[in-house]
Amino acid sequence: MKKRKTYSMLINILMYASIALVVSLVVFLVGYVMGKGISNITWQLITTKPSKLNGTIGILPDILNTVYIVVLSLIFILPFGVGSAVYLSEYAENKTFVKIIEYAAEILSGIPSIIYGLVGMLLFSNNFGASLLSGALTLTIMNIPTVMRTTQESLKTVPQSYRDGAFGIGAGKWRVVRTIVLPNCVEGIITGSLLSVGRILGESAALLFTAGFAHTLNGVFDIFTSPGATLSVALYVYAKDDGEFGVAFAIAAILMIMTLLINLSAYLISKYFSKKRAN
Amino acid sequence: MKEIITSKNLCLWYGETKALNNINIEIPENKITALIGPSGCGKSTFLKTLNRMNDLIQGVKITGEIKYEGKNIFDTSVDVNELRKKIGMVFQKPNPFPMSIYDNIAYGPRTHGVKKKSELDVIVESSLKGAAIWEEVKDKLNKSALSLSGGQQQRLCIARSLAVKPKVLLMDEPTSALDPISSAKIEELILSVKEKVTVIIVTHNMQQALRVSDKTAFFLLGELIETNDTKILFNDPMDERTGDYVNGRFG
Amino acid sequence: MKKRDKKQLIEHIVHGIFAVLGLVTVASVLIITIYLIVSGMPALWEIGITDFLFGEKWASTAAEPEFGILPFVLTSVYGTAGAVLIGVPVGFMAAVYLSKKASKKVKNVILIIIDMLAGIPSVVYGLVGMLVLVPAIRILFNIPDGSGLLAAIIVLSVMILPSVIKVSVTALDAVPKEYEEASLALGANANETYMRVSVPAAKSGIAAAVVLGVGRAIGEAMAVMMVTGNAPNMPSIFQSVRFLTTAIASEMAYSSPGTLQQNALFSIALVLFLFILMINAVLNFFLKGDKDQ
Repeated sequence: MKKRKTYSMLINILMYASIALVVSLVVFLVGYVMGKGISNITWQLITTKPSKLNGTIGILPDILNTVYIVVLSLIFILPFGVGSAVYLSEYAENKTFVKIIEYAAEILSGIPSIIYGLVGMLLFSNNFGASLLSGALTLTIMNIPTVMRTTQESLKTVPQSYRDGAFGIGAGKWRVVRTIVLPNCVEGIITGSLLSVGRILGESAALLFTAGFAHTLNGVFDIFTSPGATLSVALYVYAKDDGEFGVAFAIAAILMIMTLLINLSAYLISKYFSKKRAN
Repeated sequence: MKEIITSKNLCLWYGETKALNNINIEIPENKITALIGPSGCGKSTFLKTLNRMNDLIQGVKITGEIKYEGKNIFDTSVDVNELRKKIGMVFQKPNPFPMSIYDNIAYGPRTHGVKKKSELDVIVESSLKGAAIWEEVKDKLNKSALSLSGGQQQRLCIARSLAVKPKVLLMDEPTSALDPISSAKIEELILSVKEKVTVIIVTHNMQQALRVSDKTAFFLLGELIETNDTKILFNDPMDERTGDYVNGRFG
Repeated sequence: MKKRDKKQLIEHIVHGIFAVLGLVTVASVLIITIYLIVSGMPALWEIGITDFLFGEKWASTAAEPEFGILPFVLTSVYGTAGAVLIGVPVGFMAAVYLSKKASKKVKNVILIIIDMLAGIPSVVYGLVGMLVLVPAIRILFNIPDGSGLLAAIIVLSVMILPSVIKVSVTALDAVPKEYEEASLALGANANETYMRVSVPAAKSGIAAAVVLGVGRAIGEAMAVMMVTGNAPNMPSIFQSVRFLTTAIASEMAYSSPGTLQQNALFSIALVLFLFILMINAVLNFFLKGDKDQ
């Protein structure tokens, strides 16, 4: 009897200790980074480019490069990710074929970003030079499975009866996909996009050798030719190579705030859609 | 009496299982034909074959022929979408699209190329009137169709089918998910559309078959046992099994 | 007739387009595999597979260069094993708490917090590791430099927590209530029930969580890069070390195309890729086992 009580108590202790450790880790990480970072975010930091002459550092170029890469990647990811999900759930009839595609997506999501970086370098940078475009293309391959999976999940929630109703009226497949299926899987597409944006914001290893690590200030039309560091890459460079920890923490705080916002919007969106479904 | 659909030696397999065996039937134009029989007897499968909805299911094999207005619907030259426009379908559970009432009705005409707002307005109004639901929804055409009650949704789905001016309407147990009052309204509606369209209705409800149909076909285990005028089939069946079923001795 | 042909043509074209979009994933996997093999083989050939895999010394820029990656392989294996040894028990116990003990509200809040942990970029982990963990290790163990294998293990064990917890929670949530009720009805107390009935019932899902953690840990580059010091030593707990990932990252930028040095880096990538494929196969095995039950 006593032995059983001790066992139960031990399990309790381990459970509470573990969960306490996990929660306090998050609180510490977020608190520490915000505490060290926010005071270093100055107007000058986020609105200028680095200047050797004045001895000042500005991360405007890195912010812009991040925006370019996110937008450019999404433009490529969405058609491929959504398209392959639609193909799998609406068109593909051969089960082996479906399995092969799903297995391929699984492999893609398991490949480490450093390998994407290398292959991206061979495939894109060696052909079009290290550029934001090369970086975005690399990130596209990385993130197709994410959007594909979330879209597939939400395609599963589109009732078959909607499709039957449309087919029963004489609508062709493409019309059914366009007017019935796609409008009803918006949730999956948005969730997948948000997850991808989160991953792109945090990505560095895949970008080092594809988009480079220069703090170049790029205009919108430079993205196809010019290299540039995103915020995560810049954080690495400032911390590891330059020892500019203040700047690094400022960037870390910015990244963390953006991650929080992304998580928050993903949460709100799933709430909105589950409420909508309930009605 | 003219036949609009005739089925000859129709057999259907789901993979290895034979679901329909040698079905021969003639469906009269502008009449209501009821398909009855116990669950799994093949009546719904047969119904779905008539507008080739079974095409959507994998592993279905069909032999024999179904002629619609004299032409085999399995012929490669037949446009399935045109066929389904002429032979519409109402499903067991109401399945309005998650769009406004107006867009639900306009979906079919738009699919088949009607673009003009003024034309669509006319079609929407006449279809809703034809399905006896216009008075209830005319003030909220832009509201979501999902906000309607189950019975209203089913009448909306009938209106949606009517909007493409079908010649035949297939109904797969259209009242089984509804309460008695809504069911009665649907039955009234079925009787009122028969001047314009031929109705083929699958039902579990013997009383319903008696109330609405002119002809009845009795299915059992994938075979068509007998077809006759409804009154005759119910009162004086030729086959013993039909009698047993309509009198509730099995099923 | 004409209208119908046109419509059918459009349907065929659209079908084709979707098929092509769907095939992009397969094509990507093939391209990645082919590129890694084609660019990874020459150096393997030149160095010799045994010398490459089992050589204990890496000196790629020496006058007489040596390319032995055993230190990297062992570091990756030890580092991953260490991260799993710390991260999995903590994550697992946390998951049991969340799935079985916590109220729905607490569970949801903590899962949101864990999502936050998952969303933190690896460079941020690296930064905090570099400025907090490394000095702490230096002071605690009274050694000249705190960066090395131990720091990497700790960072990785935190980084794998979110996936270990989330996958385990899903597996534990899926255990049928009847099992637990049966155990409780026999007089077992709650904790005994969770550990001896629920956990074994969810074992393949939990195994999948572990394997997923292994995949995460072995593939991480930047955070590790920032806390290990990056010397190609044979692994030892306080030594500065290189993982397979960081071996690639730390020399890629200054190696020239076509040289044996760069080709050897591609060979390392090929080895890492094979590791990942193996992990994937094991993961699939566990996930499939779960479905078959």
